[in-house]
Amino acid sequence: MAQQERFDWWAAQPIGRTAVRKAAKARLTAPTARPTAVPAQAAVPVAAAPAATTTPAVPEPPAVDAAEVYRTVQASAAFQEIRDGYRGFVFPATAVFLGWYLLYLGAQAAAPELMRRQVAGPLNVAWLVGLLQFVSTFVLTWLYARNARTKRDRAALGLRWDTQDQLR
Amino acid sequence: MTPALRPVPDTVPGPAPAPAPLPAAAHLAPVTTGQHHDLALVLFAVVVLVTLGITLWVGRRGQAAEDFFAGGRGFTPLQNGFALSGDYLSAASFLGVTGLIALYGYDGVLYSIGFLVAWLVVLMLVAELVRNSGRYTLADVLALRMRERPLRAAAGSASVVVTLLYLIAQMVGAGSLVTLLLGTSSGQAKTWAIVGVGALMIIYVTVGGMKATTWIQIVKAFVLIAGAVLLTALVVIRFHGNLAELMRSAAHGSGHGQAYLEPGLKYGATTTSRLDFFSLGLGLVLGTAGLPHILSRFYTVPTARAARRSTMWAIGLIGGFYLMAIVLGLGATALVGAKAVKAANPAGNTAVPLLALDLGGGAASTAGVVLFALISAIAFATILAVVAGLTLAASAAFAHDLYARAWRRADRPEATEREELVVARAAAVVIGAAAIVLSLFAQQLNTAFLVGLAFAVAASANLPTLLYSLFWSRFTTRGAVWSVYGGLIPAVLLVVFSPVVSGAKTAIFPGVDFHWFPLENPGLVSIPLGFLAGWLGTLTSQEAADPDKYAELEVRSLTGAGAA
Repeated sequence: MAQQERFDWWAAQPIGRTAVRKAAKARLTAPTARPTAVPAQAAVPVAAAPAATTTPAVPEPPAVDAAEVYRTVQASAAFQEIRDGYRGFVFPATAVFLGWYLLYLGAQAAAPELMRRQVAGPLNVAWLVGLLQFVSTFVLTWLYARNARTKRDRAALGLRWDTQDQLR
Repeated sequence: MTPALRPVPDTVPGPAPAPAPLPAAAHLAPVTTGQHHDLALVLFAVVVLVTLGITLWVGRRGQAAEDFFAGGRGFTPLQNGFALSGDYLSAASFLGVTGLIALYGYDGVLYSIGFLVAWLVVLMLVAELVRNSGRYTLADVLALRMRERPLRAAAGSASVVVTLLYLIAQMVGAGSLVTLLLGTSSGQAKTWAIVGVGALMIIYVTVGGMKATTWIQIVKAFVLIAGAVLLTALVVIRFHGNLAELMRSAAHGSGHGQAYLEPGLKYGATTTSRLDFFSLGLGLVLGTAGLPHILSRFYTVPTARAARRSTMWAIGLIGGFYLMAIVLGLGATALVGAKAVKAANPAGNTAVPLLALDLGGGAASTAGVVLFALISAIAFATILAVVAGLTLAASAAFAHDLYARAWRRADRPEATEREELVVARAAAVVIGAAAIVLSLFAQQLNTAFLVGLAFAVAASANLPTLLYSLFWSRFTTRGAVWSVYGGLIPAVLLVVFSPVVSGAKTAIFPGVDFHWFPLENPGLVSIPLGFLAGWLGTLTSQEAADPDKYAELEVRSLTGAGAA
């Protein structure tokens, strides 16, 4: 996770991804009529079962149980790391920006005098905090994107193809 | 209780019994009658032609469901970022928020901030996960781990309600706005404007689907941002880059002096009104992530990563836009004066066009006329694009969730893609027609509360269900259905028993008084109720949550496995 190069990821992205996607598409469209068209209902075990019956390339039909696959992936260390990385950033960050915004909003109702205090030139506390809301929104956006890019993206993509391979 | 707390997007349609244009014409007689309206009319026609051209060009080939509902999923993050801001920045934001800042200074700024911070919820909790686990609508995500039928019925109806409320508010606004920009005030012109806008949006959606709607949004967002940049630059140049000077002359021009730069001019009269604003702010910040027309935008890009990057673009564009709106609002008050702004329209909706006229050199100058017409045409394009996006979202929820799944008898075969498309197009026509008729009736009402209500319903019904589904493993079907209805019903009921509907001078039924809820914005109560109902429903469920399905949702939403 940590040693992964940011440069690598960006550079490899366009070619790498399209290539992988194409491969995946070929894979997914090959075995049955329309496996890609029903992912929303894939939860229904029936959707996964027929896929096994029409696979000439594979000698013995691998009767994949989609639920089983998802549970295994969910329990895997790789997935746990992705999930913890995601939640570990997003939950505290949400608490911070919601709290900060509601504090700002509440201050108008509860402490208007404080908000009127002059800071510099025509700026008062209210303006300053308001403009800081813009700043904090931009900064958090950037932090979140950086976190996702460096901690999650590559692992998630790898796991995606893995999972889809298993579901095939 | 002042009518102060109504959200702006709504104040555009807002003071509907608008004595607005009349005194305007009287006050600004030399300004508002003249060639700039003729030129505006010409540019309006250009906007219509260009958007229709896009629609026909996109729709020249037949559309598969993927194209119609999700624009083929081939848009780039930059394109979708523009489209997201296009969907979000309605004419209300462009004209309404700037007008609010022009008239009420700091309180207008305060209002716009909730709209921006809301995007952090979208970015962090919703965009990527929704992209990964759904296909066309919000209910797709929810239905993944629940019993499909009751859930789609609930979430589909909530989506239709939210978009319809928003749509009516926008269309009534469009009616008064178009007539205002064209310098007429006759009721007939308003009616024709509403019918015309409605007919256009139906054509965009039925012929061009999501692909055309997205391109229209992109073009509109681009010209909107370009127009705002141009005007902002002109204002900044006029003040030689001295923003403190701009603030001081705005305070001077407002007639309120220092109070103009302090909180409380609009939202600070009483404790109730401040609490009401808090309620509104809560609805804004949590509602955005539950708006169906915003959520469906994430399906137009290929991956979750692209969804994230498009949200980042949107945050940059929307944040930049609101920062410019501050300069424009202050500029209008400093250069045009609050008195003239208010005289032209009590809600301040024409602050920016008047500012453009002034920056160009006044009504007598060619530059002023051109700039005024240009800004008016941008506002018009904005109206058209936003209503098209809303109609599409409503028709998708109807066809994909309600007709093809929730209401379909179990013994009938699954609806085909083709059938779903036919129904979606028909639904767009019916919903569009219904919106036209309702808007014509709503013309005389103060529809200001409709957008606030739409945000409140989205925040109380859609968001709790979505967040519980994504993050709470024990959440059950009953919990989901309860949290949708547990947010939707209180939000609507509280508004019915609020001063918006009865008991106040500005109420829908001013003669009677059956209100007992003191706030105009239900969010403060209905949002916690939505969350509470979901929690209670889950606790009292007979069936336990299916861990297999949660595993599937979790893996799919975070990795993108099996994503459409």
